[in-house]
Amino acid sequence: MRKLTIAEALREAIAEEMRRDEKVFCIGEDIGIEGGFGGAFTVTLGLSDEFGHERILDTPISELGTTGIAVGAALMGMRPIADLQYGDFIFLAMDQLINNATKLRYMSGGKLKVPMVMRIPVGASLRGAQHAQSVESYLVHAAGLKVVCPSTAYDAKGLLKTAVRDDNPVMVFEHKLLYGAKGRKEGMDARGEVPPEEYLIPFGVAKVVREGGDVTIVATLRMVYEAILAAEELKRASISVEIIDPRTLVPFDWETLFNSLKKTGRLVIVHEDNLTGGWGAEVAARVADEAIDLLDAPIKRVCSYDTPVPFSPPMENFWVPGRERIVKTVKELFSS
Amino acid sequence: MIKIPGEKLIWMYKTMLKIRHFEDKIHRLFLEGNMPGTIHLYQGQEAVAAGVCANLERSDVITSTHRPHGHALAKGVAIKSLMAELFARSTGCCGGKGGSMHVGDPDVGMIPAIAIVGGGIPVATGIALAFKFQKSKRVAVSFFGDGACNEGSFHESLNMGAIWNLPVIYVCENNLYGASTSIRVAVKIRDLAERASSYGIPGVVVDGNEAISVYQATSKAVERARGGQGPTLIECKTYRRGGHSRSDACNYRDKEEEKMWLTRDPVVILRERLTKDGILTPEDSKQMEKEIEEELTQAIHFAENSPWPKPEEALEQVWA
Ligand SMILES: Cc1ncc(C[n+]2csc(CCOP(=O)(O)OP(=O)(O)O)c2C)c(N)n1
Ligand SMILES: [Mg+2]
Repeated sequence: MRKLTIAEALREAIAEEMRRDEKVFCIGEDIGIEGGFGGAFTVTLGLSDEFGHERILDTPISELGTTGIAVGAALMGMRPIADLQYGDFIFLAMDQLINNATKLRYMSGGKLKVPMVMRIPVGASLRGAQHAQSVESYLVHAAGLKVVCPSTAYDAKGLLKTAVRDDNPVMVFEHKLLYGAKGRKEGMDARGEVPPEEYLIPFGVAKVVREGGDVTIVATLRMVYEAILAAEELKRASISVEIIDPRTLVPFDWETLFNSLKKTGRLVIVHEDNLTGGWGAEVAARVADEAIDLLDAPIKRVCSYDTPVPFSPPMENFWVPGRERIVKTVKELFSS
Repeated sequence: MIKIPGEKLIWMYKTMLKIRHFEDKIHRLFLEGNMPGTIHLYQGQEAVAAGVCANLERSDVITSTHRPHGHALAKGVAIKSLMAELFARSTGCCGGKGGSMHVGDPDVGMIPAIAIVGGGIPVATGIALAFKFQKSKRVAVSFFGDGACNEGSFHESLNMGAIWNLPVIYVCENNLYGASTSIRVAVKIRDLAERASSYGIPGVVVDGNEAISVYQATSKAVERARGGQGPTLIECKTYRRGGHSRSDACNYRDKEEEKMWLTRDPVVILRERLTKDGILTPEDSKQMEKEIEEELTQAIHFAENSPWPKPEEALEQVWA
């Protein structure tokens, strides 16, 4: 079967949805300019050739306005896909997202809906503190936003298509180091087989990336690949790892996680974001609350440290959770 | 027109030359893979940084953008520490925590560059508010691009700077593009300086490739600011000689437009003017270039031989 990169898979999903439904349009900075980049990470490259500049709508650098405009258009039945260039810029858009996108339906007593999508590149990639943050947790916290984190090309396409058709605001997080043709780091090739036939991936269905019996690792985006590398190493130490990629953080597939814990009795959560208040804390709390009987060991989290993202490679590598820290944490669970 | 002292003119020329050589060198080093991350280069806009900073004292404070190397050199950030930061070493001006998009040095009046478009404009305004509270004669300068004028932060800041008569100068470097987006599709007005009138402050348009024009406009604005008369918006029309970042071929730019602007090299314009006025000889210029090249060689040597930060240093300096 043909292989696509995540960028190609996302582009294909957008094109298919725009062909299917003329209410769908893209809005963002540098997304459709002739001779330009097709967004910061080439996802919309070439789409204005087929759909024109009205539906691949370039904006000035105005994140707050653009996000609010997407909200307004969505209220009137359009289905905008807004491109945010870098996750760090979500903070400029936050008022429209939190005060309007999530609240207008509620405040209208259920009369309104906001069917919009935001595509948000995240992850440290040697660009320094203001082009690096993974901001999923901020949005997980806001009631009323669905949160999607595809780690493969197959998932990216199926989940984005579902996002466009969802009647709620959906935040789609894409990891900068996973877009391209080649893995930029060891073990991180997110290219994958994508069938030419149409398919959708429902929200709230986790993927068991690897089956195992001793410990469950929950990870998203780039951390899925770090978990796979760690699992290989742990296999040599006779520890069998099950890896779960929730694929959507809101809604979260608790059932798949609890079923896994029935087997393994041990949980390690990995995310590329600060420890404190990260989505991993919510997962840990829920498991402690509803499934503590399944556990044979304390819940562990392998997360970034509670600092901004540093620039210099030795510090950035240290800051981003990697295979070594995952291996070490898992081994500690078995050392007593 | 204020008469500009000869040594100021020479300083501006040397600063512009330094920026040009620095950026050319960085570009090469970057393409050769010696520098991690991404870069946004300043070639073509040197007259703005030099013409503005020639009016500033060390104690005046600037904010900058994702394209900050020129501002840093003009404000006096040490070339070695700048180079080391780009090499991501612990001897860099930000200890390796910042990188190209965040260079700066508070000791010489430059806040680490803010790479969120428009993010520096309110900060500079707040710095100016502090100066007003402190009854100081210092001024704040915010450098930003044409793209930033469409962020809310630009509008909110200019308004507050205006109503409180703050000692701040808003320097918009209109290089006609925000990344790939032409100013023509981003705004409906002809000059961004027109926006000043909405806030009741002076807005001036200058040829940003003419260091002397930039100097003159800034000189007036600084005088107003120090005199408690409030902010000025200066729009400098200019052009980047290269791509937006990394290896951008600029296929979105009109080739005629590009050709026209590239013939208007700010370094050459000032050199010719100073030579004509008998302030600079070709030998002076050659000598300056030689000195700058030597300084750059030393800076690169310093950077390459500097230690990397220790991984655990990532955990330091979060809290005051
Ligand atoms: C808030 C925000 N939005 C988008 C970006 C991505 N971005 C970086 S530079 C740039 C273009 C900036 O254009 P301009 O302000 O004209 O400055 P120039 O690059 O031309 O110097 C964009 C869109 C950003 N860094 N911050
Ligand atoms: Mg610009």
